[in-house]
Amino acid sequence: MTNWTEIAKLEDIPRLGSRVLKTDTMNIALFRTASDEVFAIRDECPHKGGPLSQGIVHGTSVTCPLHNWKIDLASGEALVPDEGCTNTFVTKIEDGRVFLALSAPEEVAA
Amino acid sequence: MKKKLVLIGNGMAGVRTLEELLKIAPEMYDITVFGAEPYGNYNRIMLSPVLAGEKTVDDIMLNDEQWYSDNGITLYKGKSVTEIDRVNRKVVAEDGTTADYDRLLLATGSNPFMIPVPGKDKDGVIAFRDIHDVDTMLQASKDYKKAVVIGGGLLGLEAANGLMKQGMEVTVVHLLDSLMERQLDKPASALLKASLEERGMSFLMEAATAEIIGNGHVQGVRFKDGSEVEADLVVMGVGIVPNAELAKSAGLHCERGIVVNDVMQTFDPAIYAVGECAQHRGIAYGLVAPLFEQGKVAANQLASLGYAHYQGSVTSTKLKVTGIDLFSAGDFNESGDDEVMVLQDPASGTYKKLVINDNRIKGAVLYGDTIDGTWYFQLMREDTSIADFRKTILFGQHDLGDAGHGDETRVMALSDDAEICGCNGVCKGDIVNAISRHGLFTLDDVRAHTKASSSCGSCTGLVEALLASTVGEGYDASPNRQALCKCTEYSHDEVIASIKKHELKSMPAVREFLEWKTPDGCAACRPALNYYLLARWPEEYQDDAQSRFINERAHGNIQKDGTYSVVPRMFGGLVKPDELRTIADVCDKYEVPEMKVTGGQRIDLFGVKKEDLPPLWKDLTDAGFVSGHAYGKAMRTVKTCAGKTWCRFGTQNSTGLGVKLEELTWGSWMPHKFKLAVSGCPRNCAEATIKDFGVVCVDSGYELHIGGNGGIKVRVTDLLTKVDTEEQVLEYCGAFTQMYREEAHYLERTAPWVERVGLTSIKERLLDDEAERKALYERFKISQKVAQVDPWKARAGGAEQHEFTPLQIAG
Repeated sequence: MTNWTEIAKLEDIPRLGSRVLKTDTMNIALFRTASDEVFAIRDECPHKGGPLSQGIVHGTSVTCPLHNWKIDLASGEALVPDEGCTNTFVTKIEDGRVFLALSAPEEVAA
Repeated sequence: MKKKLVLIGNGMAGVRTLEELLKIAPEMYDITVFGAEPYGNYNRIMLSPVLAGEKTVDDIMLNDEQWYSDNGITLYKGKSVTEIDRVNRKVVAEDGTTADYDRLLLATGSNPFMIPVPGKDKDGVIAFRDIHDVDTMLQASKDYKKAVVIGGGLLGLEAANGLMKQGMEVTVVHLLDSLMERQLDKPASALLKASLEERGMSFLMEAATAEIIGNGHVQGVRFKDGSEVEADLVVMGVGIVPNAELAKSAGLHCERGIVVNDVMQTFDPAIYAVGECAQHRGIAYGLVAPLFEQGKVAANQLASLGYAHYQGSVTSTKLKVTGIDLFSAGDFNESGDDEVMVLQDPASGTYKKLVINDNRIKGAVLYGDTIDGTWYFQLMREDTSIADFRKTILFGQHDLGDAGHGDETRVMALSDDAEICGCNGVCKGDIVNAISRHGLFTLDDVRAHTKASSSCGSCTGLVEALLASTVGEGYDASPNRQALCKCTEYSHDEVIASIKKHELKSMPAVREFLEWKTPDGCAACRPALNYYLLARWPEEYQDDAQSRFINERAHGNIQKDGTYSVVPRMFGGLVKPDELRTIADVCDKYEVPEMKVTGGQRIDLFGVKKEDLPPLWKDLTDAGFVSGHAYGKAMRTVKTCAGKTWCRFGTQNSTGLGVKLEELTWGSWMPHKFKLAVSGCPRNCAEATIKDFGVVCVDSGYELHIGGNGGIKVRVTDLLTKVDTEEQVLEYCGAFTQMYREEAHYLERTAPWVERVGLTSIKERLLDDEAERKALYERFKISQKVAQVDPWKARAGGAEQHEFTPLQIAG
């Protein structure tokens, strides 16, 4: 069952920027695109674990600050020719509030 | 409904155009491809290594059938098109297959030129053009012994070498008195001939073929002087002619090839032509690099973008004969008032010749040592003045691959496990495999697939050399104008000029005016544009934090575990006891795991958690510290020696001057990092001659040095001038810095910038033109008014809080 958790107001996340949500098991990066979409992915680059939240956001992808891998925010997958994937989480925006679909904690850890 | 695109000719030029088109307009066309050969698209320029037994046909496939079906392309292979019906816009193949088109792309390539002599149709007389010819030659090498290759050019010699490798006795017949006369001058040609003879190849020079003799199967070749040579196999390798027959029969205007304009359009606006069949501004190219440039333009036009134009290509040649290093480009035979530089060492088999006019390279021939070929070629295409390094130019780009590679610049001699890219740990074998397996042709391709040369860039020369030697002349050297990034067609210089000329003052304004292809740029162009705007409009432009690399956004240096390092500024490297106490206390309070003294005479605090940065900065700024900018493309440090206050050799107050210079320049954003140093005497303990701006004090004044670098490529500074007073030092420093800030490309350090624009021109403007120097200095001071606001203090006081505070789950 989807457990919608309110995380932030949309305005808390800068456009073309990000915020980090620390959970018990991992950090989740929330990104806001130029068109005010919000994506949430595990804050770990599939390459060497770099904090994706610290990267530069463009279109619907982010460039990892450590070695410039580009990760698609919707799928969590590295853009070709790189290969790898990080976890994604479903988000929704209602009345300027950002919600994250967090299931039971153990699933978050998976 | 989708429009229909038909491609005639399933070779490198045509398919490359489709690839470019699919990249920019994947959904625009239903695509049909006709190919006369029964294969997918293969790398024709690699046929020589296949013949020599160094590669297999599978190795050289570029697009297999899966690729066509993955991209929804209908492929008719083994079907020659015999008719273009321009009225009804359809093409007809010999077996009756038809296809309608809205746009037609002709890439019919070329045919081998068969010398029109009696007997040319006998069994055993072949060309060297496709896989079928290679198969014939490989079979012949098993059954027969003697081969004659007619043609001592690139094509003929590669065929001859391959046949020799297959065990045949090979005689090369050439009409003229020197081999490869279109690519080599006589001395280089003689070296080549000697080296091939040593390997067992025979030559008949100045021999005009009169007749191929034999009953049915070839038995020999007879020449005009009546002499004969025996042969079981005759390969015609004299050249190629554009294959324009189909276009001619369709009534398209053709000369040697199919005539096209600068957008690769034929006289029928619905029909485009690219590759060896096309004739652009009178030239039909037979090398692959120009074909790729044409393909890009044609794709851009087919995608209805319409801004790309083909201006013709400058080409270079390499011979793909293993063990023979040979490079040629441009006009290598001098004429008129050209000057010639030659370096010749017969013992080592080295020959280098440059043809120069007005300090610009017009042509180059290299034999034996070709490592600098790509460099000379680049200087030639970019029309760079060589005035500043004329004296040493023949010895090569001495700093190429200097990051500890030393003499290991002969990449082909390296073993497969030799590390090429030290930053990303990429070995030669990885790069060569990626090039062959993925069919890579450009430096960008190699960077994307292997990461080699994508970090510090010091191995770029080595990677280019590998690319050049792996794909031969197929190597697609970076274009004359390098686009800033993939979001735009414009170069750094064009972007900088437009920002100034058209008074573009925001990033959206730049992207709109210059027709950016992406709505909000990418991680490469956003920091660049942000910098250019900031440098041009210091008082108006609103810095965009989201366009800065994380270090400059967080004002610390991100480490591999996601923590940050903090370097407080210590002007001139001087520090007081109280300041050291503060630093020590801060380290205790925030449990900083490691401290280190840096090369720039500062103290680096490692392992600080991001959320601890603002309070840690508060403690530092309360004690009077400002940010050291050790994280930014910015002015970093002024390193100093003890100077005359203490040192018995000191001639001036180097520490005091260092502090003044740092007070002038701190906080300034730059195209790249920027370091200064002041040494109190010529013993130069502060290492001022490997800094971006260095001062060496002497008894009578101050020597000013520019463009040094102690990093990737060590470069000793150039002496700018000598001045008498500290005030002059500050003025020249500010003016030089501002010139670099306004004109260098983003991420270009002073060392390559000085080499690119030339010391002479910098001197002219800084030394001879007092008004310009003062104006530059003035602009620098204006920009510093805005820049010298300590970013740490602002953030310690609560600015940009969202950057440092994690989100909490509400409720």
